[in-house]
Amino acid sequence: MPEDRSRPVVGLFVTCLADMFRPEVAFASVKLLELAGFSVEVPRSQTCCGQPAFNSGDRADSAAIARQTIAAFDGYAAVVGPSGSCIGMLHHYPELFSEEDPWYARAQELKSRAFEITDFLSRHLELDKLQSRFQGKVTYHDSCSGLRELGIKQQPRELLAQLPGVELCEMEEAETCCGFGGTFCVKYPDISNRMVGNKVGNIRNSGAQTLLGGDLGCLLNMAGKLKREGVTIEARHVVEVLADMADIPAIAEAARN
Amino acid sequence: MSRAEIFNRIRTGLKVGADDSARRAAVEARLNARARNLIPQRAQLPAEELVQLFLNMAREAAAEVIEIERREQLAAAVEHYLQAQGVGQLVSSDEELIVALQWSHDNGIVHERRPARAGDEASLTGSFAGIAETGTLLLYSGAERPTTLNFLPDTHIVALRASTIVGPYEDAWQQLRQATGGQMPRTVNLITGPSRSADIEQRLQMGAHGPRNLVIVLMHDE
Amino acid sequence: MARLPEFDALRDQARDLKNHILEHLDLYLEVFERNVTANGGTVHWCRTAEDARRTILEICQQKEAKTVTKGKSMVSEEIALNDYLEANGVRPVETDLGEYILQLRHDHPSHIVAPAIHLTLEDVSEAFHQAHQRPKTSDPAALMREAREMLRKQFVAADVGITGANFLIAETGSTIICTNEGNGDLTQTLPKTHIVVSSIEKVVPTLEDMTLFLRLLARSATGQEFTVYNTLSSGPRRPGDQDGPEDYHVVLVDNGRSDMIASEMREMLRCIRCSACMNHCPVYGAVGGHSYGWVYPGPMGSVLTPQMVGLDKAGLLPNASTFCGKCEEVCPVRIPLPKLMRHWREREFEQHLSPASVRGGLGVWAFFAKRPALYRLLTASGSRVLRLLGGKRGRLAKLPLAGGWTDHRDLPTPSGTTFMQQWQAQQKREHRS
Repeated sequence: MPEDRSRPVVGLFVTCLADMFRPEVAFASVKLLELAGFSVEVPRSQTCCGQPAFNSGDRADSAAIARQTIAAFDGYAAVVGPSGSCIGMLHHYPELFSEEDPWYARAQELKSRAFEITDFLSRHLELDKLQSRFQGKVTYHDSCSGLRELGIKQQPRELLAQLPGVELCEMEEAETCCGFGGTFCVKYPDISNRMVGNKVGNIRNSGAQTLLGGDLGCLLNMAGKLKREGVTIEARHVVEVLADMADIPAIAEAARN
Repeated sequence: MSRAEIFNRIRTGLKVGADDSARRAAVEARLNARARNLIPQRAQLPAEELVQLFLNMAREAAAEVIEIERREQLAAAVEHYLQAQGVGQLVSSDEELIVALQWSHDNGIVHERRPARAGDEASLTGSFAGIAETGTLLLYSGAERPTTLNFLPDTHIVALRASTIVGPYEDAWQQLRQATGGQMPRTVNLITGPSRSADIEQRLQMGAHGPRNLVIVLMHDE
Repeated sequence: MARLPEFDALRDQARDLKNHILEHLDLYLEVFERNVTANGGTVHWCRTAEDARRTILEICQQKEAKTVTKGKSMVSEEIALNDYLEANGVRPVETDLGEYILQLRHDHPSHIVAPAIHLTLEDVSEAFHQAHQRPKTSDPAALMREAREMLRKQFVAADVGITGANFLIAETGSTIICTNEGNGDLTQTLPKTHIVVSSIEKVVPTLEDMTLFLRLLARSATGQEFTVYNTLSSGPRRPGDQDGPEDYHVVLVDNGRSDMIASEMREMLRCIRCSACMNHCPVYGAVGGHSYGWVYPGPMGSVLTPQMVGLDKAGLLPNASTFCGKCEEVCPVRIPLPKLMRHWREREFEQHLSPASVRGGLGVWAFFAKRPALYRLLTASGSRVLRLLGGKRGRLAKLPLAGGWTDHRDLPTPSGTTFMQQWQAQQKREHRS
C-alpha cells in the first residue's frame, strides 16, 4: 500500500480485457493515477462489468454482477477504468433496478463517481506532470461508448497534446464504429469485417505510425485486422503512451527478446 | 369494428380512467393556443433584411429570381423571360393581379387562363407569401388558382410581392388563417426551388416531375 | 448544422411534443377525423394491414379504377399494397423516380427516403431500355427525361391517386406530403380520387407543431434546408375549383402501433421516417437495406420490424448492432434506438428465443463472472492457454471455435499472467519489504 494515507484512494476497475490480454494497460493506469495524486487499490471482488450479459438481454445476471461491482467499489473516492465501454456499463447500472430498490440509489451513487481514465486524468492531473519519451505520429480512434455515453473526445487529445514527441494526425471518420461491438464481431463476422476494413483504410490514410484508443476491445479488433492485412502501424492503448510505457511490444506484436 | 378497437387499444395502453377531463383540456388548450415552437434566429430579422434573406435562400434552392421595381413591369418581365428562353406558350391563373396585366400585342406568346395540361410549356401565377427562412413560396388553391399550374408546366413563373415576405413559416400560417377566415384551403403548396431527384445513383438532376424551372418575379413596390 | 444553431433545441422540443401527442393520441385522432369530415373527406380506420388493403381496393373498385398512380409511401409498402391491387385487377404505377425504377425491376426499396440507392446507373439504364423499348442511354439527365415523359401519361390516365402522409394535422384536418420531385402533387391533383394512406402516430396538433417537425425532417433526411414541395391537402375540390380530386379519403393504419403505446417500444412511435439513423449507421453502410429482410431497414427497422412481423422471425435484427450509438446521436426526435434494440434482446432472452449456443456460452460465463475467485482462476488459465497458443508471435491466425474472429483478423494473445496475478504478487513483495 502507498505510504501516504492522506491521499484520496481510487479503486481501479481493471476490465477483463486489460486483466487477461494486456496487464500493462492496468499498470499504466495505476502509474498515471498515482501521478495525479491518488492512492490506487484494486478490489479483489471485481470481475466483469456485466456488459456481455446486459447486451444479450440477460437482465438477471447483469443485475447480479452490478450488485457485486457496486459492493466491491464501496467507499472509494472514485472508480476509474481504462475503458469507456466498461465504465459506460457502470453508468447503465441504475437502469437495472427499479427506483424503489435500495440498489438503485447505490447504483446512482456509483455512477456519480465512476470515470474513464482519460476523463478522470483531465479533471485531476496537473498536465505539466505528464512526461513521455514517446516520439511519433499517432491517430486516435474514438470508441463508441466512451464518445457517446461518456463524452470522451477532447480529454485524450488534451493529454496527448502535452507530450512534445506526439504528433496527432486525425483520421477520417474517427468517430465511426470499428465493428467490434463485443459479441457482435463473432456473431456477425462478415459485417464486422467490412466495418473494421473501412476503419483500417482510414487509419492507413491518416499517415500515423501508431493507432491509439481508449478501449482494448476496439484496439484488439483493429490491431488484429492491421496485422492480417500486413500493415505495420502499431496499436496501443493511450495510457501506455501517457505513462511512458510505450517501450513494451505493441498490441499483437511479438514479445521482444 | 376497427375504429372502436383502435381507440380502445390506445386508451387501454394509456391507462385512461373514467375521468378524462385533464387530458381533454390539455388537447383543447394546445389546439386553441396554436403556440409557436422555437423559431430559428435567422428567420427573425428586421423587415428590410427579410427580402435579402429570401432572395439568397431562394437562389440557393436553384430558383431564378427577377427583381422589378413596379408591378407594371411584370408583364414585360415575363415576356422578356419567355422570349429569351424561346417559350411561345403560357397558361395562367385567374387572379386579379394576372388578369389585369397589359401584354404586348406582338409578343408571339399564346396565352390562356386555365388549369394546366400535360405539354404546357410555362405557367404564371401569383403567390400568397414568401418565407425568407428557406426562400419558400406559399401558394394556395381556389377558384382562380388551379393547383395544376404549379406542377405540370416545364416552367413555373411566380409573381411575388415584396411586402408579403415574412421571416418564419409561422408568420405565414397566421396570415393564411386571417386571409381564409380559418377555413384551410383545399391545397396549400410550399415551394422551394424547382423539382429535382437524386434517385439515380445519388446524382442530383433537376426537373423530375414538377417544373424544371422556378422563376420568381419579385415586385419591390407591392 | 452551422446554419441552424438551434438544431439540438429543436430536437428536444420535437421529442417532447411527440411524447405529448402520444399521451393524447386518441384525442388528437378524434379531432383530425372530425376536421377531415368537415372538409368533405372520409376517414377509414384499419386495424390490420389486411383491413387497409381491402379498404383501399374497395374505394378503387367503387370508382371502377383500372390504373392508380402512387406517390412514395412506406406505409403502402408495409401493407404490401401493390401486389394486392395487382392481384385484384387494379394496376398501381409508382411515380417517385426511385420507386418507379424498382417497380420496373420487380425490386423493393432498400432505404426509406432513397429507395433505389442500391442500384447503379447501369441498372437503371438497362431497366429503362427493357421497359420503354428506347435506345439505351447512360446519361442520368436523359434517363430522368425519359421517366418524366413516360409517367406524364400515367398521371393523366390514372383514375385514383394514392399518396402517403408525413404528418396529419388535427387542427385543420389536413395531410401533408414532402417530396422533391413533385410526383406526389401530380398524383393527388390529377385523378378524380385521392387516397391518403398513413399510420395513426403521424398526427400533430397544429400547423405550428407540424412546422417544428418540418424544420428537422429535410435536414435529417437529405441535408436540405427544406424539401422542395411541402403540400397540405384538406379534402376534395371546393365549389368553383377548376382542378383537384372530387373525392378524398384518408386510410389510417394501426398495424400494431396501438400495441406499442403500453410497451417499452412506445418511444419508437416518435419516429418521423427521416432516415438519418440508416444514413449514419455503419452496419447499414456495410450491408445495405435489403439485408434487413423487410420494409424498414437500418436501426429504426431493427426496432420496428420485430414489432410488426414478430420477434421469432426478426430477432436477428436487434442483435445485428454494435450499439455504437450513432443512430441515437443523429435522431431528430431522440429515440434511444440502442436501448430499444436491447429491450428486444431482453424479450428474446426471456422467451428463450436466443440460440442455445449463445445462451449456453453466456450462462457459463455469467456463472464465473458472479464468482470472483473462480473468475480469476478462469481468466488466469485462459491467459496462459492463449499465450501458449500464440507463442512469441503475440497473435493467433486461427483459433478453434473463434472462427468468427480469426477468419478475418488475427487474435492478439496475452502475455500469460493476468494483471490480477501480477498485482497480487507485487503487493505481496511490497508488503514483505
